[in-house]
Amino acid sequence: MIERQDVEHVARLARLAMDEVELERMRQELAGILAYVDRLRQVDTAGVEPTSHAVPLVNVMRDDEVAPGLAPEAALGNAPDRRDGMFRVPRILEDG
Amino acid sequence: MTTGAAAPSLAALAAAYRDGATTPTAVTEGCLGRIDRLDGRIGAYLAITRDAALADARASEQRWRDGRPLGPLDGAPIALKDVLCTRGVPTTCASRILERFVPPYDATVVARLRAAGAVILGKTNLDEFAMGSSTEHSAFHPTRNPWDLQRVPGGSSGGSAAAVAGGLALAALGTDTGGSIRQPAAFCGVVGLKPTYGRVSRYGLIAFASSLDQVGPLAVDVRDAALLLEVIAGHDPRDATSVAAPVPDYTAALGDDVRGLRVGVPDEYFIEGLDPEIEAAVRDAIAVLRDRGAAVERLSLPTTGHGLATYYVIAPAEASSNLARYDGVRYGLRVEGRDLIDMVSRTRAAGFGPEVKRRIMLGTYALSAGYYEAYYGQAQKVRTLVRQELDAALARVDVIAAPTTPGVAFEHGAKADPLAMYLNDVFTIPASISGLPAISVPCGFSGSGLPIGLQLIARALDEPTLLRAAHAYERATPWHARRPALG
Repeated sequence: MIERQDVEHVARLARLAMDEVELERMRQELAGILAYVDRLRQVDTAGVEPTSHAVPLVNVMRDDEVAPGLAPEAALGNAPDRRDGMFRVPRILEDG
Repeated sequence: MTTGAAAPSLAALAAAYRDGATTPTAVTEGCLGRIDRLDGRIGAYLAITRDAALADARASEQRWRDGRPLGPLDGAPIALKDVLCTRGVPTTCASRILERFVPPYDATVVARLRAAGAVILGKTNLDEFAMGSSTEHSAFHPTRNPWDLQRVPGGSSGGSAAAVAGGLALAALGTDTGGSIRQPAAFCGVVGLKPTYGRVSRYGLIAFASSLDQVGPLAVDVRDAALLLEVIAGHDPRDATSVAAPVPDYTAALGDDVRGLRVGVPDEYFIEGLDPEIEAAVRDAIAVLRDRGAAVERLSLPTTGHGLATYYVIAPAEASSNLARYDGVRYGLRVEGRDLIDMVSRTRAAGFGPEVKRRIMLGTYALSAGYYEAYYGQAQKVRTLVRQELDAALARVDVIAAPTTPGVAFEHGAKADPLAMYLNDVFTIPASISGLPAISVPCGFSGSGLPIGLQLIARALDEPTLLRAAHAYERATPWHARRPALG
């Protein structure tokens, strides 16, 4: 059974701010979905290889050639905040 | 039953353009006029690119007049699900977090449609980030089913399906992760094709679950679906998972001869909970294929019932990783905070709707330390079992025939419980997690006048056989020609 503290932990990992009401609603909804999903545990998968992709794939290699890409102005065009051709974010390191 | 006039097929349209019976401008104006009159009630579109559409239509008209059309789709008015990037046109995924996102490039499928002369009418509504089965979970407005405005069009490609059903576009592109093309096609009485995983480039398709997402057509008939697939399919160096195999001539493969075609009917798709009217319509459809010379046999696919739980671990896990990119730094919404993590957490809390948050939480939980093996690892192994079982069945038969959905279109608000909504996908998910091509074609109507879909599933990359079976069925039945009466 998923507990309140698990939901808080997962919300922190997922970077989703939630208030008390949301956390409790999420706990109930996740508990319901997980109770259904738990049926997978009954399936015997001893010796079964996992599938990560439906189509068998090996590494796809190409020559390392210069090709046109997005111009910096286009790449930055949707940025909420920018300066001097860079994305701008809140300060991460304190002044040392 | 009241029905409206049938929209012309793309194939008929090209002939009419060639003969000068009509023009791309007239047809595009016709679609825009229907959008003006009807979309206030249906809500199929999030954005209409009227001026660009009319300019593209005029250019197409000139090419037809000069006798140099770019192909059968030249001048065809088409709608795009709003998860496909369109250069200079907002692409929102029906989410507040991307409300003001304007892509600087076209998705490969969009570039291919433009190169074929298609006229882009606009961007269609969906469940936010393609997560849902009703198009009620759009951050902007719900879409209504043209057959009954009280009911949902299905989802997540509900805007595309409703646009085609209502004649607000002659065809559309959607995306299918667990059934998001086939289920709305069934609910709206149109044809919906999910190609083999890798057959169509995902470059510029905003990712939900990368091992499952696939772009495909919604159309008024099977031939149009084949025409569209022919244009959008093919290898793309920008999508490393796209398949290098050459693209067959899908329309040439259509025909209507199914003599000797082996059709498998799996017991596990005719279960308790399946609407009896759907069972009757699908069994009638299978009888039509048998009458035309197909060899029908019963199959058992016992792992079918595990598909849904498998999907609802794998898809949210991949989504939680893919949607980590919405951090308020490079594009989309930003809500300021006291530090970087606070800014990111507030941005995501404000930008994502409830269903998207649920799936991110579910996926993050399934991937977190201590639960990874029990949930994600186990789901990947069960995925192998589902795929092996379908592969083995498709070694014996050429196509599998089944219902697309367990029920017909439901009323808005009827499935408030998330799990009840997820159960809608039970018949579409096995082909999704196995990467197999599958199509939904109209196969009848309920007593209340709502469309029913027949699902066919084929071997990987065997779209020619899939389309041939679907086309043969369609040619023998009247269902695809019915249109809702919208005035």
